[in-house]
Amino acid sequence: MIYFDNSATTMPDDSVLETFIKASTRFFANPSSLHHLGMEAERFLQKARIQVASLCKVSTSEIIFTSGGTESNNLAIKGAAHFYKGRGRHIITTQIEHPSVFEACCDLQREGFHITYVKPSANGVIDPADIERAITDETILVSVMQVNNETGAVQPIEEIGGIIRQHPLTLFHVDAVQGFGKVPLDVNESGVHLMSVSGHKLHGLNGTGFLFKKHSVQLAPLLSGGGQEGGLRSGTEHTAGAASLAKAARMAFEADMEPVRQIIRWLYQELAGRSSVTIHTPIDQAAPHILNLSLPGIKGEVLVHALEQEGIIVSTTSACSSKLAKPSRVLQAMNVSSERAASAVRISLSTRNTMKEAAQFIEALDRIVPVLAKKRNERT
Amino acid sequence: MKYDRILIRYGEISTKGRNRSLFTNKIKSNIKRLLKDDRIQIEAQRDRMFLYLNGASFDEVEEKLMHVSGIQSFSPVMKTTQDLDEIKQAALSLVKESMDGKPASFKVSTRRADKQFPFDTHELNHEIGGHVLRETDELTVDVRQPDFTLTVEVRKEAVYLSSQTIPGAGGMPAGAAGKAVLLLSGGLDSPVAGYMMMKRGVEIEAVHFFSPPYTSDRAKQKVIDLANVLTTYGGNVRLHIVPFTTIQETIHKQVPENYTMTSTRRIMMRIADRIREQTGALAIVTGESLGQVASQTMESMAAINDVTNTPVLRPLIATDKLEIMDIARKIGTHDISILPFEDCCTIFTPAAPKTKPKTEKVQFFESFLNFDPLIEEAIRTTETILLPNIESEMDDLL
Repeated sequence: MIYFDNSATTMPDDSVLETFIKASTRFFANPSSLHHLGMEAERFLQKARIQVASLCKVSTSEIIFTSGGTESNNLAIKGAAHFYKGRGRHIITTQIEHPSVFEACCDLQREGFHITYVKPSANGVIDPADIERAITDETILVSVMQVNNETGAVQPIEEIGGIIRQHPLTLFHVDAVQGFGKVPLDVNESGVHLMSVSGHKLHGLNGTGFLFKKHSVQLAPLLSGGGQEGGLRSGTEHTAGAASLAKAARMAFEADMEPVRQIIRWLYQELAGRSSVTIHTPIDQAAPHILNLSLPGIKGEVLVHALEQEGIIVSTTSACSSKLAKPSRVLQAMNVSSERAASAVRISLSTRNTMKEAAQFIEALDRIVPVLAKKRNERT
Repeated sequence: MKYDRILIRYGEISTKGRNRSLFTNKIKSNIKRLLKDDRIQIEAQRDRMFLYLNGASFDEVEEKLMHVSGIQSFSPVMKTTQDLDEIKQAALSLVKESMDGKPASFKVSTRRADKQFPFDTHELNHEIGGHVLRETDELTVDVRQPDFTLTVEVRKEAVYLSSQTIPGAGGMPAGAAGKAVLLLSGGLDSPVAGYMMMKRGVEIEAVHFFSPPYTSDRAKQKVIDLANVLTTYGGNVRLHIVPFTTIQETIHKQVPENYTMTSTRRIMMRIADRIREQTGALAIVTGESLGQVASQTMESMAAINDVTNTPVLRPLIATDKLEIMDIARKIGTHDISILPFEDCCTIFTPAAPKTKPKTEKVQFFESFLNFDPLIEEAIRTTETILLPNIESEMDDLL
């Protein structure tokens, strides 16, 4: 099997699983318990937090462990909106965000918040000037993703951060789920107040993640309960999950993304020359691991299943939206026609993929596409 | 050249019958703990072990493997299929690597575990040797004393070639040969003695005597650090830290000065023996080296040993200081040992300790005191630390 759907989820690394299993048996106690088993678990959790914080170059107390990207995004956006609603009720985000940001903003809109959804340029990159223009005295939060999950486009986080710095009452949230460990981001330099990260995109486990929250920022928690994670995320700490996340994050930072970039570049060169293929990834402004393309007239869904029969796993748009069977909202925001957007597929790699697999993919595509095109022509 | 695996030979333990899987599992987990590299996978078989490098550097792994007890030797290995051309090609690249551009002599040594293989040992030696000789300048065959041997093992699943055999630490995997109490000071000798015993598979209960306020917490930390280094050679080490101040002060007051050292050692031995009993250990290990200091003359050892019938093992007895320092450097305890913190042996040192103490005399001096309650109290307040400590266990998981 050739697995090219790493932006949906990665295969957990064996050593990460080993950490999870060992930590689950060795440090199973409730970290909040007073006995020594609890203290050990608490110490272990703290070590995991220290490790994550040092990778992000932030303070230990600025890391909140969550259940993943969706929870981190919801906590950041709704938490900030509810806490700071006295300051203003305006939030800026973009049209290309992940559903967990987009829908969270829609929820807030129904509550009476005013949301601006900034449109990207045709290449899928947000223009910082558009963010600047949208900021008002009422703006309490700007949320922009680091790397788009469908196209791989890297957003100008540092520039946007520079703009937001001029507005001391506006917070900056970055959804770094697709970029963390793959595209460098200095949260201090970029003036980021909140950053969401998920474990299962890093060869970690589903159900693990964290939110970076700058000291100075306050949030209203989503969950009421025992007040764990500094009162922001009640619920017994997921010690083994946090440890597995810390380990996966460390390994992601140690991994070399250059070979992945080479493979994507090679795929790009192979595909970009073909008249039947449109590439939706801005290759010079993209993360090293994602390539989005469409073959007009062939539905993305059909191509996904045809490739699957060849043992190659890719996806249409993002996994989170693909079941809705609607053409990609992100591509449409980039002025891609809905017909074309409906035929888009996403290839997303990890350090485990090889050039040989990429060659096999091209070979399979060349075999499949004429067959699919012929079938389509017969139908019409 | 990139090696993809290392073949590890167990040596002594592969002869050890039913306990073998216990031993091999022990070696496996000891290696894993020592290497701390997630890429490396280890597969233990009945009579050998394969370590798959998966991109890890052989040189770094080599350095560490040399210290793992229970390994007789190991070789970086290339794996091929049973295809003869492929075998020849691998043989040639290995030979070139071993020659390193210099003239050399070699021989081919083939083992044919797969008797179905179409060539017999002799033919295979000839085929491979001939190919390598044809393709290499300045290479000769010498079957008696070759500079290196190219070993070829034909097995059913694959053919393994190697031209290098690196000697391992030998001995037995740590924890496979019973338990002993080690008297661990902060000095150079006792950690080396502990290492030697661990190399023979002995599990260690380390005992350290701690005399606050005369000795500092840093001296205590130094001993914890030393014991932690020992754990890297396999097995856990339990460190018992015995508060010794009252006993030392009492001896200092009651026993004539030139006999205080002898008496102190005797009490230490008694306490160590009690800990030995409690922990189910069978012997006491010391770092004594004959004649090195006053307490290590034949007479002193006799007078000190007088307090117990327990076997007292002295692995360093016939080695000299330079040899000990050499080992200490190799095992990584040297730099910790030479840190200048007072330990309980250096305080209260008499100006002229007896080098030839008489057992009857020290018995007589001690007879005026009842040390039993003091010994009981010391044991009761002993602090026990399990090493490698939980912190490093946590770090390993992350």
